[in-house]
Formats: sequence, C-alpha cells, structure tokens
Amino acid sequence: MSFGHRYDVIVIGAGHNGLICAAYLAKAGRRVLVLERRHVLGGAAVSEELYPGFTFSVASYVVSLFRPHIIRDLDLARHGYHVIPMDCAFQPLPQGRGLARWSDPDRTRREVAHFSRHDAEVYPEFSLAMTRMGLLAKAVIDRAPPVLGSLRPSNVRAWARLGRAYRHLGPHLQHVAQKLFTMSAADFLDLWFESPILKGPLAASGIIGTFKGVRTPGTAYVLLHHYMGEIDGAFRSWGFSRGGTGGVSMACARAACAYGAEIRTEASVSKVLVQGGRARGVVLDNGDDFEAEVIVSNLDPRRTLEGLVGAPHLPSRLTEQLRRYKYDGSSGKVNLALDGVPTFACRPSVGDHMRGDIVIAPDVDYLERAYDEAKYGTWSSRPFINAVIPSLTDPSVAPPGKHILSCFVQYAPYHLNQGTWQEERDRFGDAVVDTLASYMPDLKDRILFRQVLTPWDMEQQFGLTEGNIFHGELSLEQLFFQRPVPGMAHYRTPIASLFLCGSGTHPGGGIMGASGELAAKTILGHPT
Amino acid sequence: MVGTPFYSRQLRLCQSMRWKLWSGFYAVDSYLLEHDLEYFALRSAAGLIDVSPLCKYLVRGHDSAALLSHIMVRNIAKLGVGRVAYTCWCDDAGKVIGDGTVMRRDEHEFLVTTTDPCFSWLCRFLYGYSARVHDVTDDLAALALQGPYARDILVSVSGTAIGDMRYFAARDVLVAGRPIWVSRTGYTGDLGYELWIPRADALDVWDALLTAGQSYALRPAGLMALDMCRIEAGYILKHVEYHSALHALIEARKSSPYEIGLGWTVQLDRSPFVGQRALQLEARTRSPWRLAGLDIDWSETEALYRRHGLPPALSTEPWRTSIPVYRDRARQHQVGYATSGTWSPLLKKNIALATLRTNCAVPGTRLQIAMQVEHERHAVTATVHSPRFFDPARKTSVAI
Repeated sequence: MSFGHRYDVIVIGAGHNGLICAAYLAKAGRRVLVLERRHVLGGAAVSEELYPGFTFSVASYVVSLFRPHIIRDLDLARHGYHVIPMDCAFQPLPQGRGLARWSDPDRTRREVAHFSRHDAEVYPEFSLAMTRMGLLAKAVIDRAPPVLGSLRPSNVRAWARLGRAYRHLGPHLQHVAQKLFTMSAADFLDLWFESPILKGPLAASGIIGTFKGVRTPGTAYVLLHHYMGEIDGAFRSWGFSRGGTGGVSMACARAACAYGAEIRTEASVSKVLVQGGRARGVVLDNGDDFEAEVIVSNLDPRRTLEGLVGAPHLPSRLTEQLRRYKYDGSSGKVNLALDGVPTFACRPSVGDHMRGDIVIAPDVDYLERAYDEAKYGTWSSRPFINAVIPSLTDPSVAPPGKHILSCFVQYAPYHLNQGTWQEERDRFGDAVVDTLASYMPDLKDRILFRQVLTPWDMEQQFGLTEGNIFHGELSLEQLFFQRPVPGMAHYRTPIASLFLCGSGTHPGGGIMGASGELAAKTILGHPT
Repeated sequence: MVGTPFYSRQLRLCQSMRWKLWSGFYAVDSYLLEHDLEYFALRSAAGLIDVSPLCKYLVRGHDSAALLSHIMVRNIAKLGVGRVAYTCWCDDAGKVIGDGTVMRRDEHEFLVTTTDPCFSWLCRFLYGYSARVHDVTDDLAALALQGPYARDILVSVSGTAIGDMRYFAARDVLVAGRPIWVSRTGYTGDLGYELWIPRADALDVWDALLTAGQSYALRPAGLMALDMCRIEAGYILKHVEYHSALHALIEARKSSPYEIGLGWTVQLDRSPFVGQRALQLEARTRSPWRLAGLDIDWSETEALYRRHGLPPALSTEPWRTSIPVYRDRARQHQVGYATSGTWSPLLKKNIALATLRTNCAVPGTRLQIAMQVEHERHAVTATVHSPRFFDPARKTSVAI
C-alpha cells in the first residue's frame, strides 16, 4: 500500500474535541492533519450565517463545562476564546410574572418566595450541596476513568483518588450523592422543594439531551451539570461564546494551527484503512489517501467503527455492544431570526431576565407530559424549550436592532412511529413557535427566518448518529468506565493505533473539551 | 458631595446602590449586582461610563502651547490641532505630580484632563506667558463610550462618518443635535471614545446614546468594570500605582515617570521644562523601580484552595491594596509590591500591576506574591509580564 501523504496523526472530524486533541498533539510536536467533511469547523459547536447578517450557533448554543485548564494549556484566550456569562435563568409562566433566578442569591430568594417561602430558603442549601457534588464530579471528569478489576498501580491510585473525593463529602453528602446517582430528577428535587413551578426548570436540566423523563430514575445526576460549570475559574453557570459556539471551536482551531497542525475542510473520510489489526491511514471520498501512525476519530463510536472501519475488522462481541449502545436522539433545535426583541406577556420590559437562559418548563407535570408523547414515538406537542437570545448580549451575531432566538427543544424522538421527520419537520417547528408564542404574543410577527433541525437533520448535517447531541445517551450505564462500552473506555479501540476523542468517550457531551484532551494525553502516553 | 450631570439618570439605573466618591462627586461603582456583566459589555459590546468627575481645564492664549510644553514632560508645542496627547507632569526633582491628556482644540486652545485638581499647578507657571487657565470641570460633562461597538454606536447617534478618526484624534461632532467634542481616547485599552459635553446638553446626549446603544447591547458601566479593564490594559491610576509628588508624605512615595511606565512620554531634548534636568540625569542611569505586570499562577492558587477542600474562589472584584512581592517562597526577600489587580475574565488570568525592583522587572522572571487562602498566608508564583495584558488591534484601528 502506498499513500499520498504521511502524518504522525490524523484526526477525523474537526469538532471541538477533535481540534483540542489535534492541538495537544501538535503542541507535543506531532505532525497532525485534521480532516473535516464540512466546509466549516466545529462539528456541532459551529457558528454559521444561515440568514444574511445573522450568525447562529446552529446546534450547541451555550458553554459551561469547558475545562478551564484546557483554556490555559492551549492559550485559548489569546486565540479568541471569549465566553460571556449569563446572569439569569428565566421561566415565563402563563400567569403572574414568571420566575427569574439570578446570580445574586438574595434576589433569587425573593423571586422564589413568591411561590414558596420554604423553597426560597432551601434553594441556597440545595445549591451548596450541589456545588460540593460538583467538586466530586470534577474529580471524575478531568481524568480518564479507572477500570474495574485491574490491580495496576495507576488504576488502584485512580480509584483511591475517587474514594478520597467521596469520603471528603462526609456522611450526609455521601447519602445525597447516592440519591443523586440513583433517583429521578423529579424525585430528587422532591427531597428539597415543594413548589412544582421551581422544580420545573430544575428538573428540566436533568433531561437535556436524554431520552428520559423527569420521573425516570437516573436523571437526577444530570442536575449536576448546572453546578459543574466553571466559567472564570470559579464554579459558575452558563455563558455565550462571542460570535456563537463556533467561536470556541475556532479558538481551538487557531491554537492547533499555531502549534503546527494542518486542517483541511471538505475532506470527507470514507474509510479507515486497517492492516493486520492496525489502522494505517484514511481514504477520502475523492480517493485521496493519507498515512499516519495514529488515527483519532472525533466521530461517534458507531460511525467510527461500523462506518469507517467496518464490522469485519471488529470482534463480534464489540459489534454487538456497539449495536446496543443507545443513541436515541430526543431533541431538536429551532433557530429564529427576529426583526426586534419579542415581548414576554408576563414580564414585558426588555430586561436582564431576557439576557440569560429562558426555560419553557412551567412545572414538572408539563415536562413529564412532553415525555409521555415522545416515548410512544411522537414529538411533544407542548415541548420543553430552552431558549436564548444571544444578540441581546453579543451584538456581533445579528444586525443592529435584530435578534436571534435559539431554541433547544425536547422531545423530538429520532424514531417516529408515524411519518418521517422530513414530513413532520414544519409541523414540529410550528408547535415550537406556537408554544413560545403563548408566552411571547408578538413573536410570530417578528420572525424573519426559521430553521428547524430535527434529530434526523442533525444526523445528516453534523453526523450525529440518531441525532443524539452527546454522541450517545448520557445515562449511567453508558458513562465513566463504561463509555462508550466496557473495555473501550480509554479512548482506545480494538484496532491498534485507532483512537476515539469525541463525546462518545468519557466524560461525554457538552462543550467540555475533556474527551479531546484526555484522548490526546492517552495517545502521548501522558498521565491522565 | 454632588452628583454629576448624569446623576438623575444614574439614580434610576443603579440597581446595586454601589457608589463611590470621586473628586467630590458621586460616581457609580456598579449599576448591576453583578459588576462583571458591565465588564463583559465593555469587552464584547460597549459600555458607557460617566467620567465627568475628571478635572478639566481649558488653556487659552497665544502662548498656551509654550506654557504646556513648559509644564508637561511631553512637547505639547508639536501636538497637531485635533490631536490628543497622553502625558504626565513633574516637579523640579522629576517626580510625577499628575498624569492626563492634553487635547489641542485649535492653535491656541487646549483641554487638559486629569483625575485630580491641578489648576494651581498649571497657574503657577503662567508668569511671562500670554495664556490663561479656565477650570471647566463643572461646565463639561464627560462620558467614555468604550468597547468593540463604540464606533457603531457613535456613528448611529451622530450620523457622522467618524470611522476614519484615528487613535488619539479629536473632533467636533453633533450628537442629538448638540455639538460636543469627541476624542478617540479612553481608559479601557479598547476601541473607544471620550465625549466632552456642555453641561446643559448632558442628559440629551446620555439619552441618545443609550437609546441608540440598545441595538448594540450597550450597558452603562461603573468604575469597578472600568478598573478591571484598565488593569488588563496596564493603565496606571494616581493614588494607586503612584502618589503625586505634591501630596507624598515621604520621599519614598514619590516616583519618576520612568518608574511608573510613563518613560515613553518624556521628551528630553527640547526647550526647558519642569523636571527636565532631573529626568535627563535619571535617563542616563537606571531607575530603581519599574512598573510591571504580574501573571499569578493559577495552578498553584488552585492547589492552595484544594488543600482546604475548596474550589478556587477569587473575588471577581478588582482590588487595590498593596501586596508584597518576594523573590523567594519563604518570603524573606521583598522585591516590590503589587498595587492593583483583578481576575481577568477574558484572559482567564489572575493579573496584577506591580512596582518592582528594576532588576526583577524583566518579563518572564518568576517571583512570589503573598496570598491569603482560608485565613492562612502563602506565597504563589507570579511571573513578570508586560503591564499591557490586553491590547487588541481594534484599539488603534481605523474603519473607513
């Protein structure tokens, strides 16, 4: 076999994880080539001008979990990493003024007290407990997971480290942790709060991106995601990337290039060449081929192993496991360009409550009903919506006076029991706009442009299998030393010199960057 | 104490009730409960800062250029009409009394602005010059419109093409039908303008800017956000990074321009000016102190907090207390002191401005800065950096 070009490492896919992996490898002196199928970089963390003058965070839309040490290691601030924190999570309601939760605890307490004085005072206690849990989670997500059963010293040390972090919680919080990892989001919140209205948006954060309901056991731990975010070195909530989430990817790309990596767009890999159980190179759709010592795939496990490698090269047990690895995309995205700021009926002024997270989750039952429809194969007629208007904070994404409304929508099951997503797309988009319009009566008159992304569209456009935004369900049986499947949790695959660096590996999805970093360190033989 | 001409508007907007006293005026420290949102507006969109408490003097007369050249370390006679110069002024011993800007309005008229009163100092040198100094502090309101979208807002509100206005240029502009002076200057280290507004027109201009600014995510910003920006930009502040030679209680508190990062403003080889001989001497030798930036190591900071089982919890507020800087971790050999600092949310760095022994002020030098974590005092590595941590191309760029 002879190849056109030779590299030390080829990274397939320029999502943020692929770019971070490439940057770490290039920084360590490896000759790295990144191949991206699309004309833009970023994978699902991408900014695109879908309508003249409007730059959309087409898929992922907020940043929270991005690992601060990656920003430092790769000098991403110098390369344009610029995330603006949000101050508020606003939940409009059909009656009253809605509920806004602010960074300032007393301001939040006063808001929550309208619904429950008890909850208002418990809320800071809950936040404190979750922050302590976040510290435990940090010990988990910043390192490659230890495996079960191995007595290698490094593995034993890794378990011991986790044990220490757990012990540090103390008996009370250990008990809370056990509940957090086993209960449903709604049940867990019932331990703390009485108001179904406050529990609505809190529970919603337990189901984002998963095909589970707020009363499904195992959803509580996802609540942690809201307390693990580290913006500005401190544990803080969510933020907008300036210029859209593609800004994060572009900073990673610039860092990778600054360290000497080469990035090619519109270079779709059709095959990973395997010889003697070892990945030797890749072939593109256009027939070009490249050789490399190491191949890293930013694609999800199924697309990498079944799509690019092929079942004949894989152990049959693995193909079986891969088939059972759950994707079950459950969410959609509706991106709107608006000719002005829409008005919330319940809080009409254009204020800071609109500059953060807007959550359409009036109460817990609303969310469970949305799930009820989805679990039987139809999209939610009244869905959970997480909306943001980034243009109120970042004027670079829309022309002056115009705005972007970006809506993450759940549930939109990939597998519909009737019809196809091509047929259902517009009706789904209408349901989202109708739902929003019940809170923002002037919304429909302001829409200049609408993009509806169903799970099927996300699969087509971003290569997300079954439209799962996290490269596979973030449920406990698919996490930690079991992500993506047991025995493959260390970024390695059964094919020697083929590695995974996408969200289908530990610690999973969100614009976190940890998968890319830990994969690179594994390849380099650095301690993880 | 009095409010500035914008006080009535600020009272309504200042949710946090956090005010500061600045030269006898109430000045908003932070409008919002979370001041860093104002910082982010300044760095991502635009911020509007009331800088009316700045002292403002009009120097008029045939000899005004010669007078100011005599007082300032910079040769103001060479300043073109419609240009602004940043400079400082010294006593005879070459120790800094104040710093500020000088705008040349026309051949014989200059506007001097500075943080502290200096009317008497300016007047002290009038003898023999055909010039007069007018204190216009209370007649002119001043706003700083700063941030990447400052230009767009100013264009939209004035309808004037100011895209070609160069860094440190000044011109007359109509805003809301009111003639004001605009200079391409500021204290944030970013693209920005300062607006000098006749007092009677102040509120109209404020309203016009905030209305036009809505389309650009403009926020009124307080002094805390401004402080974060100026530390990132490496801009010194009187009473913090240095003390005026006129008010220093002891000699050791006085500084020369070379010691506070203003050596570049000193133009020695020209007609005599106040402090010239002392500065000539100092330029030939080595000043004992230097202004430097410090990049305080985050990993070590995090480790100190981890020892207590805590996440790193730095205040998001900028600080301005003197903190000792050492050569060694045992904190035996002090080599200077940090004067102000901030967590830089944009650069993701814990940064400070410091006065260091000249031999320790070389960028890259690793020093130790005192840090208190959970009631315990420690030292953390701080790497010497140029004070200019943040310096985007747009600060000086021209858009035509």
